[in-house]
Amino acid sequence: MSLKIAVLIKQVPDTRNVGKDAMKEDGTINRAALPAIFNPEDLNALEMALHIKDIIPDSQVIVLTMGPARATEILKEALYRGADRGILISDKYFAGSDTLATSYALSLAVKKLGKIDLVFAGRQAIDGDTAQVGPQIAEKLNMPQITYAEKVVEISIQHIVIQRRIERGTETVKVSLPCLITVHSSAPLCRFKNAKRVLKFKKITTAEEHTSNNNSSIEVWNAAFLEANMDYLGLSGSPTKVKKIENVVFSKKENVSIAPTQPEVDLLFKELIDSHIL
Amino acid sequence: MDIKNNVFVYCEITEEGLVADIGLELLSKGRKLANELCVQLEAIVLGNNLKNIDKQLFPYGVDVINIAEDERLFPYMTLPHFEVITHLLKKKQPEILLLGASSVGRDLAPRIASHLRCGLTADCTALEIGTHTENKTGKVYQNLLYQIRPAFGGNIIATIINPETRPQMATVREGVMKREIYQADFKGIVEEIAVDQCLSDKDVLVKMVKREIEKHHINIKNASIIVAGGYGMGSKENFHQLFDFADLVGGEVGATRAAVDAGFTEPGRQIGQTGITVRPKLYFAFGISGAIQHLSGMEESSKIISVNIDPNAPINSIADYTIVGNVNDVLPLMMNALQN
Repeated sequence: MSLKIAVLIKQVPDTRNVGKDAMKEDGTINRAALPAIFNPEDLNALEMALHIKDIIPDSQVIVLTMGPARATEILKEALYRGADRGILISDKYFAGSDTLATSYALSLAVKKLGKIDLVFAGRQAIDGDTAQVGPQIAEKLNMPQITYAEKVVEISIQHIVIQRRIERGTETVKVSLPCLITVHSSAPLCRFKNAKRVLKFKKITTAEEHTSNNNSSIEVWNAAFLEANMDYLGLSGSPTKVKKIENVVFSKKENVSIAPTQPEVDLLFKELIDSHIL
Repeated sequence: MDIKNNVFVYCEITEEGLVADIGLELLSKGRKLANELCVQLEAIVLGNNLKNIDKQLFPYGVDVINIAEDERLFPYMTLPHFEVITHLLKKKQPEILLLGASSVGRDLAPRIASHLRCGLTADCTALEIGTHTENKTGKVYQNLLYQIRPAFGGNIIATIINPETRPQMATVREGVMKREIYQADFKGIVEEIAVDQCLSDKDVLVKMVKREIEKHHINIKNASIIVAGGYGMGSKENFHQLFDFADLVGGEVGATRAAVDAGFTEPGRQIGQTGITVRPKLYFAFGISGAIQHLSGMEESSKIISVNIDPNAPINSIADYTIVGNVNDVLPLMMNALQN
């Protein structure tokens, strides 16, 4: 017996390390200055899937990403780390998708995989921090969802027990398969690339063919293949519209500089106490 | 009385059986939005043994409390709450629905939005009513909810609108909106939701096995003095000196996302766009460079004192006092100053 596991991943600009050149003069983002990376919590999600494959070895781990051709980089990286199959969901019709349109396209892709037991995703992507796409896909697949997962407590062919990390502690929940799980950064880090797997998948290319279990290429699925309702894709399928974008400007304050010496620090604290701030 | 197209707020229930702060903050904002739109404010409260919830809620100007009491509704589980709320929303057709950007709200809101096929904006830092003219068609939309949120790691601020879909949904983090009593003797009505008509066995597919919830809730939001540390503290050990200092000044310890990610302290202390927004009268920033995502969560502090080795740290531009130096050298000087 085995499980069929989908892992949804995303390539994101590294917003955690925004340097001074990341913003252009006009306040727009200089994407070229931001490296594109494997969304951090998606790596935690991949690890959780691979961990289950360790326990139930015949299981299959399929990674899917929606994005431009360049996003095959993270599919390959997932193959290096242990995934069995990579699928790129890519089409000009997906451009401008908000979380609802994105969840529609991704849910169609998961449905195309046939009977699926588990769907994993990172809790959120660092470019938007919305945490919305996971639960939206769960709703579209009519699956229960477990968000903020940090540990697999128990796994079998029929059910999974998950510990989730919330603000004031943890909850442990049990659910029958299939279900969708979003994974928190407190979950175990992803295993490293495997040298043999790197050699095996390094030269892999993308292909428009839609054969399953194809180890020699990364499949590319477009809107037509997904039999998508075009009204639900891209800008037209996105109920949220961006009205305005502004650069963040903080009003500068008049600033008093204090030397790091005892007399000056004493003076500062005297002032704070005298003015009842402290 | 028109019951349709009102402003709705989903109110989370705490372990103690009360409406959580975030719900009261959203009701305060929701009351203002409802007044501007000339509609009513409705609260949604789901739980078990919800005694005296009406007394807690009415002073915030709630016209209608939609309440559901059932043992399947506490502790929070996605599917039962989702089913009860979508039933209610389909009946009441709200104009706006606000939820907290907590582990509950962020779990629930997207599932509701997907089901109703409506727009949802996460982690809004401001909500306003405004108009919009569609460029292509020239169509004018009145009284839209402007959902204002940081994007791209906080480097830009985007105004999002949902012109066509209802409800207009948004989540807001704790501390962003101010909690304000509307009218101490305000009285609305309570409407009970018939839970059994909404829930079936398929909605309890997920079983709670164990819950370990800490009683103590770090309350940095209401602290008048905050001693915050960043990645520049260097280590967990160094970071822990801030607790001694906080004890001396009578403050709470806060942290940046980088400090939390590095494991210096727990996530409950994180200040910023993805943490809590604070407005203390005094804010100490130790080893905090001042990423935008942090600054926007504390810039409204009355006085800011920054201690940083880098004279050009962005935080210095919003600080009232800056001390350029190593935090581990300056902290003992401050302790001495206080003890004298």
